[in-house]
Formats: sequence, structure tokens, C-alpha cells
Amino acid sequence: MLSYWRQYLAISPFYLIFLGFSFVPVFYSLYLAFQRYDGLGTKEFVGLQQFEFLWSDPVFWLSIRNTLIIWVLSTVPTLFGALVLATLLHSVRRFKGFYRIALYVPNVTSIVAVAIFFGAVFSNDFGLVNAILGTVGISPVPWLSNPWLIKVVIGLLMTWMWTGYNMIIYLAGLQAIPQSVYEAARMDGAGPIRTFFQITIPIMRPIILFTVVISTINGLQSFSEPQVLFASNAANQNLGGPGQAGLTTLLYFYQSAFLDNDYGYGAAIVWAFFVLIIVLVVINWRIVQRGRKA
Amino acid sequence: MTTATTPRPATAAKPNPGAGRPRRPKGLSPHLFLILAVVISIFPFVWTIVMATNTTRDIYKSPPKLTFGSHLLENIRGVLDTVDFFGSMLNTIVIASVTTVLVLLVDSLAAFAFAKFDFPGRKILFGTLLVFMMLPLQLAVLPQFILMSEIGWVGMLKALVWPALSNAFGIFWLRQYIENGVPDELLDAARIDGAGFLRQYWNVALPMIRPAMSFLAIYAFVGAWNDYVWPLIVLTNPEHVTLQVELAQLNVGHNTDYSMVMAGVLMASLPLVIVFAVFARGFIAGATEGAVQGS
Repeated sequence: MLSYWRQYLAISPFYLIFLGFSFVPVFYSLYLAFQRYDGLGTKEFVGLQQFEFLWSDPVFWLSIRNTLIIWVLSTVPTLFGALVLATLLHSVRRFKGFYRIALYVPNVTSIVAVAIFFGAVFSNDFGLVNAILGTVGISPVPWLSNPWLIKVVIGLLMTWMWTGYNMIIYLAGLQAIPQSVYEAARMDGAGPIRTFFQITIPIMRPIILFTVVISTINGLQSFSEPQVLFASNAANQNLGGPGQAGLTTLLYFYQSAFLDNDYGYGAAIVWAFFVLIIVLVVINWRIVQRGRKA
Repeated sequence: MTTATTPRPATAAKPNPGAGRPRRPKGLSPHLFLILAVVISIFPFVWTIVMATNTTRDIYKSPPKLTFGSHLLENIRGVLDTVDFFGSMLNTIVIASVTTVLVLLVDSLAAFAFAKFDFPGRKILFGTLLVFMMLPLQLAVLPQFILMSEIGWVGMLKALVWPALSNAFGIFWLRQYIENGVPDELLDAARIDGAGFLRQYWNVALPMIRPAMSFLAIYAFVGAWNDYVWPLIVLTNPEHVTLQVELAQLNVGHNTDYSMVMAGVLMASLPLVIVFAVFARGFIAGATEGAVQGS
């Protein structure tokens, strides 16, 4: 053991920081989920009470429903669009570098900036989208007050931010497929559509799985989008917009823990939410894996 | 893979000189779709500039003004009058730079040890790292905040830097790169010449993993620059707010002056977009390498 002290010393900065700022806090939050604690007074052990309350809390379930709908509305178009764009980009020779950079750049902008932008463009009264609709005689659409349209706007926002990122990953996968496989398919008379579904998709399956998992983890964590879009803060308790249609689970966690100072309940929300993420990742994994046997 | 059950069209039987080219309908070039996608991708940047250079009244007109205006300076002045823009930008630059340098140092040291040395517990330690990479950070936000208030760091900039250093992805990613990119023979040769662990790390490995390090640098810098949730929670002190929090603050209020807000968005996003444009090639190459090998 002693002769390895240099290696242990090399990894120790990371593990010490990791232990102090990630590992211990994560388990401390599990402990907190069984306590009643407002951050100032004393902690009181309440057993499963927080989780029982959670189970019967309509706002929690509303937030779960919102999160899931927003997740589907953003992940499906993102991954589909990314796959189509990557296939197109793979087939061209010129301007490849330009396309890659131009399509990736939304991902380096901040969520705050993008959310402010979408708020301005989809504004009910003055937004560009309604102005354009107005010029062709369509009356203004209540983008930011209708419960469904709120989710559509958040979904569009996330799609805009993440399509390019996933496209780059798919493109790398496509470039790794040897050309000879395609030549063989062509010799057998397979058309482009058939080639795509019977060769490209099966070979790409592990990479698609990777993006599905990443998108599930990212998509379920939407917080800043609705928070900035509806400018909610301590002074403005209208969290998640009209009818709380944009109240995601993490936003509800933020409200419970940091605005209502109910730390124990906040901890219970994130842990319940974590279980949900795991379940969804496993289900997704299963679906994508099962396709392989077919 | 390809089944022989489908009957081939008779015409395909005779040699066809054009068969080598991918078939696609005439006139529907992939460039058409790609350019459309680029327009959608770039449009928000252009429209942000349009809004930031006009007055709010011009944008609210029906039909709205669609061209660049001449009110940019006026709008920028509005931003500077409303929030402490440069102060928060300085905070952000300091946090992002310090975080980036420390992440590079901490992660590369650990990654080098993991990639090129065998020591007791290596597998278990690396395994825990992978498992924790999957955990959503939000699980830790609340206890991290409690921890920060216990040690009196709430409102201080170091409360942003330290948690950001437990970046497991960086180690995972660099380790992979070092394993393949730094030949064992070279390290052996250095060892024979009497180089110790630190010299092998600093003089042999580090210069060879420059592309991976520059990718991680941009990744960490962009991440720190754009972070919003944690600074919002922990930086309760108005003097120490970061750019993203200040930006969101600009957007709060009833009669939003969108032109002014968009000038703020522009000022906060432009530096990063320029940095990205300059380093984009290497960054994207790095991103794909990590993703494909990591899957």
C-alpha cells in the first residue's frame, strides 16, 4: 500500500472534494427526507410522514405530470430531428464543418438567455410569433397562458437547444460505420429507406441508447426554463406560469425547500423524483434493448 | 442483414453506370434541409440583435420592425443603469476561470493515475465514480446549501468553485484519452531515465493530451459561465451575483423593456459564442470522441 502513495495522492484531491461536496450531501439529503426541518430550528424525526404527504399532494403529482409531458415534447422531436440531420449531414461533402458548428451553437448559449428570448418571441400580446400570425389574419394565440401551449413552448425551447448536440453524437456514430456495409447493401438492391432502417439504425443502437439516457436525465431536470420564462422568484410566487402548467418537479422542489423553507419536504421531493428518473431510464433501456432482438 | 427475399427490379440486373451514387430525388438536395436547419438554429441570435438595436415600441408595433435599428447603445445604457452588469460579469469570469484551471489540474492528475498505474482499490474507486456520475446533482443541492450555511460560505464566490471541482465526467473522459493517447513505452522510457510520477505526469503525459484538456477546459468554462440554479440559490449577497442570475433579474418585472433585456442577453451571450466559434473545431471533435467511445 505504502509504495502507491503517489497514486493515492494524485487521486485524493478529487475524492476529498467529491466526498465533502457530493457524496456526503447526497446521503444527508436522504436523512433529511425523514425529518421536519426549516433550516433554523431543530430537526424532528417524522418517519415516512413526508412521503405520505407527498403521495397525497396534488401539486406534486401535477409537477410530475408537467415534467413528463415536457420531457416527451422535447425528447422525441430532439432525437428524431438529430437523427435526420445527422443522416443528411453525413451524405454531403461540402460545408460539413460549417453545418456542424452552426447547428451546435444553440447548445453553448445559456438556458437563461434562451428562456428570455423564447418568452419575448412567444409573448401573448407582443411576441413575434403572434405578430406574424396576425399579418396572415390569425388571431393571437395564448402561448404563455394556455396549459398545453406553455408546455409546447418549453418543449420547443429544449428541442432548439439540444438537437445539435445529439446530431453531433449521431454523426460520429455514422462516420464509424464502414462504407463496405453500405456497398454490400446496395449490391443486394436495398434502397435508401430500407438501408436506413435495416442497417443504420441497428448499428447505431448503442449510440441511440446513450442519447436516450442522457436526454431522459437532462429532460426530466427542466427547471431554469419555466423558472426564467415565467420570471418566478420570491416576490412572484406564480411558479410555473398560469395554472402552474409549467411547474416542473424540480421547480416545485425549489419552491418547497428555498421559498417555503421546508427542507425535509424538499428532500423528500428530490428523492422521490430520483426514483422516477431511475425507473424511466430502465424502461427506456429495456425498450431500446428489446428492439435489438427483433 | 439484407434479406434476399425481396425480388429485385429487373432493371437493376444490367450494369448501370449511375448505380454508385446515392439515389435521391432531383432538386431535393440535403443542403436545402440543412440550410433550413441552420436558419432555425441561428435565427434567435439574429433576432436578439434586431430586438437589442431597436426600441421596445418599434418591436411591439404591428407589423413589427424586422431590421436592425440604431438604439443599441441606448439599450446597453439601460442595462447598465438597471443592474451591475460589469460587476456580475467580473464575478462570472473569475469563477469560470478558477473553476476551469482547478478542474483541469484535479481531473488530469486523477485520470493519469487511473489510466497508467495499478494500485489496490483502483477498480472500486473508479466504479463508484461512474455510479455517481449518473446521480442527478439536484439530490445534493439542498444539503450542499445547508453545508454552505454551516461553514459560512453562503453568498461567497468560493461556494460556487468547490462543488464544481467534483467533476467525475472529466476524469472519466481524460482517463479514456490517456489510456489510448499516451503510449506505455514512452512512460517506461521516462521511468528508466529516472522520472518520477510527477515528472511523467507533467512532462510526458500532459503535453500529449492537450486536445483532450482543451475540450475539457471549454466544457468546464461554458458550464460554469452558464450555470444558473446553484448561483441563484447560494449567492444571496447582491454584490456577488453572477451574470446569469443578473440576466434573469433583468427579465423580472411588469412592463418589461424587451429591447433593453435583449441587449443584456446579447452582452452576456456574445463573449461565449465568440469563444466557441474560435475553438469550435477542436471542441466538437473532442465532444464526439468522448461520446462515441463512452457509449
